[in-house]
Amino acid sequence: MAHRKSAVQLYNHMARYLFISSAVLVSLIIISIIWFVGIQGLSTFRQASILEFFTSSYWNPETNHYGALTFITGSLATTAIAIILGGPLGLAAAVFMAEIAPPKVRSLMRPATELFAGIPSVVYGYVGIIVFVDLIRKTTQAPTGYGLLAGGIVLAIMILPTVISISEDSLRSLPATYKEASLALGATRWQTIRKILLPAAMPGVMTAVILAMARAIGETMAVQMVIGNSSRFPQSLVAPTSTLTSNIVMEMGNTPFGSTWNNALFMMSLILLLISLILIILVRISVRRGASY
Amino acid sequence: MKPRQADRLATSLLWLAASSIIILLGWFLVFILGRGLPCFSLEFFTGRDGVSSQLFNSFYILLLSLVFSLPVGIGAGIYLAEYAPANKYTDLIRLSTESLATVPSIVFGLFGMIIFVQVFGLGFTILGGAATLALLNLPILVRVTEESVRSVPENYKEASLALGANMWQTLRKVILPTALPGLMTGITLVAGRALGETAILIFTAGMNVSRQLFDVNPLAAGETLAVHLFAVKSNPLPGTNADQIADGTAALLIIVVLIFNLCLSLPIRFYQKRLLGK
Repeated sequence: MAHRKSAVQLYNHMARYLFISSAVLVSLIIISIIWFVGIQGLSTFRQASILEFFTSSYWNPETNHYGALTFITGSLATTAIAIILGGPLGLAAAVFMAEIAPPKVRSLMRPATELFAGIPSVVYGYVGIIVFVDLIRKTTQAPTGYGLLAGGIVLAIMILPTVISISEDSLRSLPATYKEASLALGATRWQTIRKILLPAAMPGVMTAVILAMARAIGETMAVQMVIGNSSRFPQSLVAPTSTLTSNIVMEMGNTPFGSTWNNALFMMSLILLLISLILIILVRISVRRGASY
Repeated sequence: MKPRQADRLATSLLWLAASSIIILLGWFLVFILGRGLPCFSLEFFTGRDGVSSQLFNSFYILLLSLVFSLPVGIGAGIYLAEYAPANKYTDLIRLSTESLATVPSIVFGLFGMIIFVQVFGLGFTILGGAATLALLNLPILVRVTEESVRSVPENYKEASLALGANMWQTLRKVILPTALPGLMTGITLVAGRALGETAILIFTAGMNVSRQLFDVNPLAAGETLAVHLFAVKSNPLPGTNADQIADGTAALLIIVVLIFNLCLSLPIRFYQKRLLGK
């Protein structure tokens, strides 16, 4: 009996340490990602100029010119287009689901948005090539149709589930008294949404937009398939160009590990990593601000 | 404009926005399946350029990645839900999980390449691909586990502890069985996402496929369905009917995702209802 009891206690202790070490492992993983990618990326600047990397758009590794401005611009521009197109649409759908939709319609929209999130990004890229690139070429008379606009449109669709689900959650978590008080004062439903509910849910909506930005800027395959993959600085929204992610995919296979060219690609992924870490800190600030209401 | 008119206008615009999203999704599915289903044939699966090996690799890599990520993810989730004290270190672990969840998948891919291809010198392998894919699954598993463990009513735990059970017994016999449906839904979502992942795998599992069907050697390179769609669509090999292969592969991917989203999550929801109803 005493033996049996000590075995139970031993399991109890072992389980506790297993759980703690799993949690510590998660922290160690993110630290080692920053470390390894950081070391590899920063060693670019042993050979290349840091100023040129961020301010020049002349990318010609064969002659030792590593100006990554084109790719940085491409990533920021596609992300901006995605937020401008997808943000309002997603927010509208979230308001609809939280405040207007009859329960049956809502129970259809929930799984539909989940399905949007489940569609693989290569499939978005595939539809992007077949449909959007073609459509852009026909409507704008651009030579190819590949470019920032095609990338932005595909990303706008891909961020919808993020925007919708987080905004809807924050609208739903508002106290019912807000809405009741406003309606009791004679405000219409739209006045209540616009003047009361949306301002109160703003921190949550901000979180949704920031996470959508993180998703858009890091998205690789879908963008790579429709951006055109030219290292020229974008002359228009419909001219082929590149983003940080698409250029990594294009050039990683052709460059030997440890070369300056290869390191420059790691530097680009370090930029992506740092941007996503900054966005996470912004989310934390926005959540904390929401909590202090 | 009078407030009542504005209200009516806004309501109809919101209906329009929501229905356009549903129509977009419906059109997506009809478009992809409509193009892809006619391409399904015996040739498409087992012919010279058939995708049966890719289909097998997709599930094989998914399975291995879950083997790596489930114990750690569930362990960390239980720790955060039941053990973690509210202090700086716990906050650091939470921040790590959130950061890991926003790391772009291509960064995971490059990290996996440094570790498995360069440091361990394995080259492109199914093992390296699965282990790197596990990093993508990890933060979602931690969050889902924490949420479903937290959703177990507090008095279940208190009753078990009051009967003299220790924490481990309480977890195993009371908390985890109750949290299981939520956990299963989360694992299904993770699996669906991992099946479609591409950017991680082109740098770790490579774009080659074993000619031998059902090759389970984890040190071989293994192209998955999603990677195959990317390869076929971006560098079509001359002399193959690449467009048809791409159409069929996209449809097959969508079908797999639909199965994971609908057919697997419905029985779980049913079970959850029964569990909470009784």
